[in-house]
Amino acid sequence: LSRIGDELYLEPTESGLSLRAVNSSRSAFASFLFAPLFFQLYEPGGPQRQLSRCKVLMKSFLGVFRSLPSLEKTVGKCLILLKPPANRLVVQLHCKYGVTKTHNLTFQECERLQAVFDTQRCASSLCAPARVLAEAVVHFPQTLAEVTLGAGPGGKISLRNYVEDEAEPSKTMVTELWLAEDEFQTVAVAPGSPITFCLKEFRGLLTFAEASNLPLTIHYDVPGRPVVFTLDDAVLEVRLVLATLSDPESSSQPPRANGVSHLPAPSDDFADDLESYMIAMETSAYEEASGVPPSPTFPLRTPRPAESDPEEEEEEEEEGAVPGTPPHKKVWDGQGHAWGQGDGHRPLLTPTLSPQFRSLFFGSVLTPGGPGPAPTQEVLAEDSDGEY
Amino acid sequence: MRFRAKIVDLACLNHFSRVINTIAKLAKTCTLRLTVGKLYFILSDKIANGGVSMWCELCQGNFFNEFQMEGVAAEHNEIYLELVPENLSRALKTAQSAKAVKIKLTNKHYPCLRVAVELPSLSSSSRIVTHDIPVGVIPRRLWNDFREPSVPDFDVSIYLPVLKTMKSVVERMKNLSNSIVIEANLSGEMNLKIETDLVSVTTHFKDLGNPSWTSEDGCQSSTQSRDPESMAEARIDIKKLQQLLAGQQVNPTKALCNIVSKRIVHFILLHEDVSLQYFIPALV
Repeated sequence: LSRIGDELYLEPTESGLSLRAVNSSRSAFASFLFAPLFFQLYEPGGPQRQLSRCKVLMKSFLGVFRSLPSLEKTVGKCLILLKPPANRLVVQLHCKYGVTKTHNLTFQECERLQAVFDTQRCASSLCAPARVLAEAVVHFPQTLAEVTLGAGPGGKISLRNYVEDEAEPSKTMVTELWLAEDEFQTVAVAPGSPITFCLKEFRGLLTFAEASNLPLTIHYDVPGRPVVFTLDDAVLEVRLVLATLSDPESSSQPPRANGVSHLPAPSDDFADDLESYMIAMETSAYEEASGVPPSPTFPLRTPRPAESDPEEEEEEEEEGAVPGTPPHKKVWDGQGHAWGQGDGHRPLLTPTLSPQFRSLFFGSVLTPGGPGPAPTQEVLAEDSDGEY
Repeated sequence: MRFRAKIVDLACLNHFSRVINTIAKLAKTCTLRLTVGKLYFILSDKIANGGVSMWCELCQGNFFNEFQMEGVAAEHNEIYLELVPENLSRALKTAQSAKAVKIKLTNKHYPCLRVAVELPSLSSSSRIVTHDIPVGVIPRRLWNDFREPSVPDFDVSIYLPVLKTMKSVVERMKNLSNSIVIEANLSGEMNLKIETDLVSVTTHFKDLGNPSWTSEDGCQSSTQSRDPESMAEARIDIKKLQQLLAGQQVNPTKALCNIVSKRIVHFILLHEDVSLQYFIPALV
């Protein structure tokens, strides 16, 4: 969870204690739900059964559990206590030799942090042992920000590093890994475009999954809709929701009926057309030694940033939208891509979609029901104080 | 113009990866020259490199199980490519347990070296990882820039001390000074010296041995007439020397250097199937 956000949300519920985190750009959310059985004692609420929620600084909480090996050796019991009149979250470690370490952490009360997602609505899902996925991502450099996951011909699944628009395509190394269908426990992939998501948070989950030896399920849909990673066992339910790069071109086209994927097949016969290339090079006057002619246009789908021309956006807006409406405030990640806006630039309140399943990533304070002019400011996740 | 090659043997793959790792530590961008029998990694002495140049030669037969190359034209059966060796190094890094590695020159959208690694997997078909490394094709008219450097008319030629020792000495000296003086004589003695305002440090090596070179006409080289005790020296950038030494992952069969006094130091590192020459010019 610390790989995702700086604050740890503790939400006790009747079905268990949920630990959650969200990142600053609201493009990543994770929750770990520990069933009551996981604990020796679990009392979610006070005498009136009121449930308190709080959030603490991740750093402070992690500080209590700093050294895992020594904790395993010395700590017998750990008590976490939150009693509303007190203004501290108490974490008490009962250690050997009668030593008790009590940590009083300041906390803030908060509203429920809940990302809106529904794995049932995801068209595609893949389930694989964590080890397979961990072995797959090892081929990508540690510094790689985003990775693209898609299905190819023959049922193969591909992972490819995502090359940003700003990077020169002819200068960037592209790595692609193909996994056969039978490496997965289940494969249920709907035809459609590949999705791109942030690798960093995914790697974090993979490390946990590998350590706990649980299979990991990936639920995804069209680009722009979040991808949900799930891990389940008897007492633990893990969910990681990541926004995916939206793809304005594909959102305006219906998915192709015959399910042709955009990914080229892995084959041994690569286009080898260097003779004509060399002729082209030799006959034109080039100054520099490398003399690479401008590369032909890439069939790369590049998402347009929100700050694109209002004219371009108008093309994609449905009739309900007012021309010239400023673009919806989008979720930005560090690289300035728009995330989590599955419907591209369409207005968010469409009568056909039920309020929970808007393309919004988080349940927002937007009024449900009827279409209306897009709000000028979209709240993608409620602020902890409920205000924004 | 075509190129495809395949490595199936793990030991060869390992060896090749180590060569690439060494090259990657020495040059950010370099030229790969492919001929029917050999691969060359070349760095020519541009100002941008700080005047260093490199010539590394490998016999393809020692590494590749399959190697097919068709050059630019029949009478120029060679290919010159500009690439970033670090990319190749990264592609090979996770291939160490591969069943096979294929390298092919392609031009789908832009010229690339496609490295396809076939990895073992528990499933019926192998996992394939492909790395498309962008390369620049160097036109024939520029090939002259990449000719093999000739051995300079050196003053002293001497075998290097054990590289590991030399490396640790140079690494410590690097913290104290930006330049280092290499001096050696024909009696097998070499000194590495640094001098700053505060401190001067010299490390002495002896009994290193001097290789004998015969010149083309078969007679003894001109160094015969040189006073064996007299030192030839050159002051070079210490970082370049440290890079060269740090990049060596395996002890070479032969390691020697030729010093042209106050001009250039020419290092020759020979392994069984790889030879590496590295030129570091003297600082003015």
